[in-house]
Amino acid sequence: MAATAIAAGKSRKSRNLFVALRGGDEIAHLITLVFAASVFLVTVFLVWELWVHSAPSRHKFGLGFLTGTDWDPVQEIFGALPYIYGTVITSVLAMIVAIPLGVGAAVFLAELAPTGISNTCTFMVELLAAIPSVIYGLLALFTLVPLLRSYGEPFLKASLGFLPFFTGPSFGVGYLAAGLILAIMTLPYIISISREALLEVPRDQREAALALGATKWEATSQVVVPFARLGIFGSIFLALARALGETMAVTMVIGNDPSIHMSLLAPGHTIAAVIANEFAEASSAMQISALIEMGLVLFLITIIINALARLLVIATSRKGTAHAA
Amino acid sequence: MNRLRYRKFVNSVMLGMTGIFTVFTVAVLFLILGYLVYNGGKSVDWNFFTKLPAPPGETGGGMANAIVGSAIMVGLAALIGIPVGFLGGIYLAEFGGKTVGFAVRYTADLLNGVPSIVIGIFAWTVIVVPMKGFSALAGGFALSLMLIPIALRTTEQFLLNVPRSLREGALALGAPKWRVISSVVVPAASKGILTGMILGIARIAGETAPLLFTALGNQFWAHSLNEPTNSLPVVIYTHAIAPYDEWHRQAWAAGLVLLGMVLLTNVAARWILARGITVQKG
Repeated sequence: MAATAIAAGKSRKSRNLFVALRGGDEIAHLITLVFAASVFLVTVFLVWELWVHSAPSRHKFGLGFLTGTDWDPVQEIFGALPYIYGTVITSVLAMIVAIPLGVGAAVFLAELAPTGISNTCTFMVELLAAIPSVIYGLLALFTLVPLLRSYGEPFLKASLGFLPFFTGPSFGVGYLAAGLILAIMTLPYIISISREALLEVPRDQREAALALGATKWEATSQVVVPFARLGIFGSIFLALARALGETMAVTMVIGNDPSIHMSLLAPGHTIAAVIANEFAEASSAMQISALIEMGLVLFLITIIINALARLLVIATSRKGTAHAA
Repeated sequence: MNRLRYRKFVNSVMLGMTGIFTVFTVAVLFLILGYLVYNGGKSVDWNFFTKLPAPPGETGGGMANAIVGSAIMVGLAALIGIPVGFLGGIYLAEFGGKTVGFAVRYTADLLNGVPSIVIGIFAWTVIVVPMKGFSALAGGFALSLMLIPIALRTTEQFLLNVPRSLREGALALGAPKWRVISSVVVPAASKGILTGMILGIARIAGETAPLLFTALGNQFWAHSLNEPTNSLPVVIYTHAIAPYDEWHRQAWAAGLVLLGMVLLTNVAARWILARGITVQKG
């Protein structure tokens, strides 16, 4: 506070000026505090609104809402299970496809590619993340779905048809199409965050493994990837949270069938898709309330997954991966 | 010796596969771009930017109202989201106390992770219900909620990157804190903050889910902020799932225009950050 000493030594007039300017600091503090606090308040208000507006549905159905399988707006009976099932199945399917692809590409970008190529590819991957989800939906609806209907699904039935997951007619739309488009949409998150985690691994870890006679792949898979595992898991959870909450692309290719199917080829439904489809045209206050309760369920699932992701990413960047483990 | 050859074989196969995965991911971007340009390019013409959508069964028509509607709602969102995010970010970086700072940071991350469809529900309960109708106002509000956490955290991050010595130099000259922030710290971070804001706006411009039941959609011009309003993302959705070929054609054109705007904005923003103009205010 050198400023204080200088100002105190000056005349009374400039002391007053200084006090006024200190007042400026307090005003600036107060104004910015108000805006910062509004972010906190609006988020609390969001949770409150979801809670209050879902009250009729929560009181009528209780916990049975989560296990009910009927969705009948005419008789006002609502159960969320087929939607929760669809949300989980499509997201898990997306992760099964996206994790090996994403971590593999991250390994290539962090360990093998020259810096220039790596940076260019990462830039393109990040552009992929900027594409609006409705455009993924548009492309999936007119390219992925017809391809799956004519080639992909008949092939899966012919080769893996003995499994219950690949049976029934080929519609094109369904869990499989939604899972695949979600995989493509979440890939950029896994790649760019995993790549950063891999780049954080100290050089001597690699060199020690190579000096022991390990091949490049052995050094990568047994030393570098385990070292960066927290960051990689963080990226996976972040991608999972995105997949669970994704609305538009899924709504366009899921098939809108509110029942539970074993087969991945069957049309299904998800929480986000039913809200997008029915909210604007809901016929009764109870239906609105049930849809808002679905929103609350989705909100709770995604904040838990997001919190896990952030803890993992923070643990990696603060303490260094190996020490945090 | 055989063992070594096996290990080398595994090495090249696995490393080769990681390369293939990368090529696949980058190829997806070019496939998306190419397919959109191929399909949308045929339908983007002057009418697209100047005419209203044609009713089902008729050919021609455009998306003028959706383009203007999108611009209005994104503008509204920026009008709310940027001041809140910017000033809130200044608080976090320059004034933030431990408890309040933690609470704001935590809830901003929470808000950032809320699925966009849930943001739509919130905007519906607080604006559409009391005002008894779908409106551009509700749509803009929903979009602003998605912009705020992005603007807040990027402002904070780039302000924290400004070296301490700059602040201390200004303080040593006798400048009060608010003056240090407004004349030294913020200008030093302005390039990064500007980039973050542009990226945030590009992100919300493509959002569909929060608009579905806040702004709804409109075949005609909206004459005030209190009327249902068309927007590009929503129009892509409704036209794509409709059973008319002519509408599909329009959806491709709208997709191309939207993607073009979003990607150009992204590239421009990154260019500003990398080496472009520095915005100096004094």
